[in-house]
Amino acid sequence: MVHLEINGKAYDVDVAPDVPLVWVIRERLELTGTKFGCGIGACGSCTVHIDGKAERSCQTSAGSAEGKKITTIEGLPENHPVKHAWIREQVPQCGYCQPGQIMQAAALLAEDPHPSENKILEHMNGNLCRCGTYLKIKSAIRLASSSGGNK
Amino acid sequence: MKSDLSRRQFLKMTGTGLAIAAATTSTGFRLLSAAELAKEGQSFHPSVWLEVRPNNSIIVTVNKSEMGQGVYTSLPMIVADELDADWKNVRMEVAPADDAYKDPVWGMQSTGGSSSIRHMYEPLRKAGAAAREMLMLAAARKWTVPLKECAVDKGRVRHIASNRMLTYGKLAADAASLEIPQNPVLKKESQFRYIGKNIPRLDMHDKVNGTALFGIDSFVPGMLYAAIARPPSYEADLLSYDRDAAQAVPGVQAIVPIHSGMAVCADSLDAAWQGRDALKPRWENGRYPNLSNESLEKDFTAYLDVKGLMARNDGDAGRALDSAANKIDAVYQLPYLSHATMEPMNCTISVRPDSCDIWAPTQNQTGVRNLAVKLTGLKPDQIHVHTTFLGGGFGRRFETDYVEEALILSMSMGKPVKLLWKREEDMQHDLYRPMNLSKIQGAVDEQGRATAWSHKIVCPSIFARVFPSMLKNGIDTAAVEGLENMEYEIPNIAVEYVRIDTPVPVGFWRSVGSSHNAFTVESFIDELAHAAAKDPLEFRLGLLKNHPQAKRVLETAAEKAGWGKPLAKGEARGIAYHLSFGSYVAEVAEVSVDRGSGAIKVHKVTCAVDCGSVVNPAIVSAQIMGGLTMGLSAALKEKIEIANGGIKSQNFGDYELLRMNEAPDVDVHIVKSSDKLGGIGEPGVPPIAPAVANAVFQATGARLRQLPMKPDTVLAAMKQG
Repeated sequence: MVHLEINGKAYDVDVAPDVPLVWVIRERLELTGTKFGCGIGACGSCTVHIDGKAERSCQTSAGSAEGKKITTIEGLPENHPVKHAWIREQVPQCGYCQPGQIMQAAALLAEDPHPSENKILEHMNGNLCRCGTYLKIKSAIRLASSSGGNK
Repeated sequence: MKSDLSRRQFLKMTGTGLAIAAATTSTGFRLLSAAELAKEGQSFHPSVWLEVRPNNSIIVTVNKSEMGQGVYTSLPMIVADELDADWKNVRMEVAPADDAYKDPVWGMQSTGGSSSIRHMYEPLRKAGAAAREMLMLAAARKWTVPLKECAVDKGRVRHIASNRMLTYGKLAADAASLEIPQNPVLKKESQFRYIGKNIPRLDMHDKVNGTALFGIDSFVPGMLYAAIARPPSYEADLLSYDRDAAQAVPGVQAIVPIHSGMAVCADSLDAAWQGRDALKPRWENGRYPNLSNESLEKDFTAYLDVKGLMARNDGDAGRALDSAANKIDAVYQLPYLSHATMEPMNCTISVRPDSCDIWAPTQNQTGVRNLAVKLTGLKPDQIHVHTTFLGGGFGRRFETDYVEEALILSMSMGKPVKLLWKREEDMQHDLYRPMNLSKIQGAVDEQGRATAWSHKIVCPSIFARVFPSMLKNGIDTAAVEGLENMEYEIPNIAVEYVRIDTPVPVGFWRSVGSSHNAFTVESFIDELAHAAAKDPLEFRLGLLKNHPQAKRVLETAAEKAGWGKPLAKGEARGIAYHLSFGSYVAEVAEVSVDRGSGAIKVHKVTCAVDCGSVVNPAIVSAQIMGGLTMGLSAALKEKIEIANGGIKSQNFGDYELLRMNEAPDVDVHIVKSSDKLGGIGEPGVPPIAPAVANAVFQATGARLRQLPMKPDTVLAAMKQG
């Protein structure tokens, strides 16, 4: 049994502690906004916040996330500036990688409300997008940044 | 035959308002009301729906798959415009797999070939316009005024003189009883309300808040998870495996042999995957133990000397080359590529004795349904295909291999099954963009004019497997696209196709043959320009005197990019254009090359696209931007590694995709030469690889004839150059 706090809700899940968090979030709790892409931490599709930091939920065991605050895309407020900016810039194409991109960007702006171009690239480079929305992601981050960062 | 399912759905829907179906007939496209449909019996195939509900909602049913290209927005825009609907009342619904929704041109329900707008534009406009005319007539009758005194205005009919108004919802029931005009008057371009505008995408909110449902997000009560252990090499038999160990994993329900390997079905995904690990399968070496990149390169190279089939023969290229003083030749090589959609292959299926539900991220609803009919023995109207969002398609999801596996497993278990491939399975069991080699010879005369072009391509055939009937006298038209229709006005052109069959399966990869042939054509035309000592742009324009659309995109991209103007030190420009799927795209790349490491940096790409009439310019720009980014990823980084009879590339660690820090700035300019519609999902891909290679030549003098242009390849070419 693993005890998790996700988006402010407590969950007891009957799963071995070494099962990757992504499978618990997605397949046990059906919070499907978090995506599976590679399973090796190389694409960022499964990015969630753990105690406010962007983490790959495929590289985090469920057990190791116990006692920590987990936030998924479903837990990011609807009026979050990053979500607003993503819509304003019409970022997604297929949309599959975007929850991970959004969670990664939200963590960046929480830490640095006005990141430089290099900081954006450094922070976002682990998130792949096969549709090629990188430029729009960058514009959306700049827009969210100018509209007041994370708050 | 129209199925009972669609009839039921159609009639059910008509009870609530006005519904219009469009049907393909042997003489073209016509519109049917529900009453007519019942009268017409089984001989019509409605393929497009719109519904006006009493509450003013407009529901447009979309028969194309949304994989990022924007059809869930652009297709409803077309209907809404002709209907003169209020966009805020427009919703879309995904069509089930049904004959009613077959593409009117293809006769199958599928998405590909950058054709969704091209094939659906006219039928959707007609459906919208017919509904508009009926709503107007219903209002005129209600008010007992002449029809010509009425006008439509964003979801309402207005009597101009009295300024009375009725919403479409209020008129729906009356309009439903009217005869449907077969030739409704379409709007003039100047009357368009939505077409041509940057309407925000209807799928945007769901894709930003995480509620958009992809195939992987499907759940069915009581479903099992399936995982398949697959052989590491082609046609390898299973020697041994530990059934007991897998069975001992808590939650594992069954070990099921399947054509593609050994499947484990379990109560949870983690149990299925642990069970698969516990199988510890041992495989024999497979039928082709010596298959490798090296062996393939040797085979393809040997095939360059095989006599092929002539796909094009203008003038006498052989003689022109023999007598030419200034001639060059080159061999180009491109690797097998994976689609690498971000969402791995997956499918969720529930097969029951009397019906079958399939949740699939598919580009090929007809293929999925036919397969289910074949395997289950059920009737077509017992098969319900639920098309989810696709986490990337790029041609991979035209295939039905993953659906077949899930069908077999659900039937075998007598339960719903969710099959999810690991990234490694997705990478190693793809149907790849074909490897190919081209040997090109060309000549220029004393005036610097190109006089001959002889092009032999050695390439596996996609159509031989997918659509054998599309082979033209043995020639795979996909393999020679962009060659047989190359527009350069050269008096002597020969295009020869040599088909090579290898154990590596091949499939459609975004922009298909154009994705590789644009590289060879547009690189070699640059080589000819150099041989003629001419500017690459001027040289091209000189060979396109009778091709105004090609000239225009080249000139536009060049002008916007500042062609000929100075750049920062170490930077250089390259240009390329390509016609594919009815659209012209020219791209100018600005690059620099690190002379120490050989790494290419692409700073900026300026594009000009001519796709005729544009439904949504923002989506067009996004597709060009996305297409060239995917094309650049392939050009700089991607190559499937093959060894010991199978695919060795596994994941994004060893099959790297372009990342944000490598993505250039992109500037897209839309030009329009005619109303003729061109596709937009794919044409952004082809020109980028040659534009970059041509820029590298300008920067370094090194001619890159192999993809990907990895740093070591560039260094080697620089040493040679």
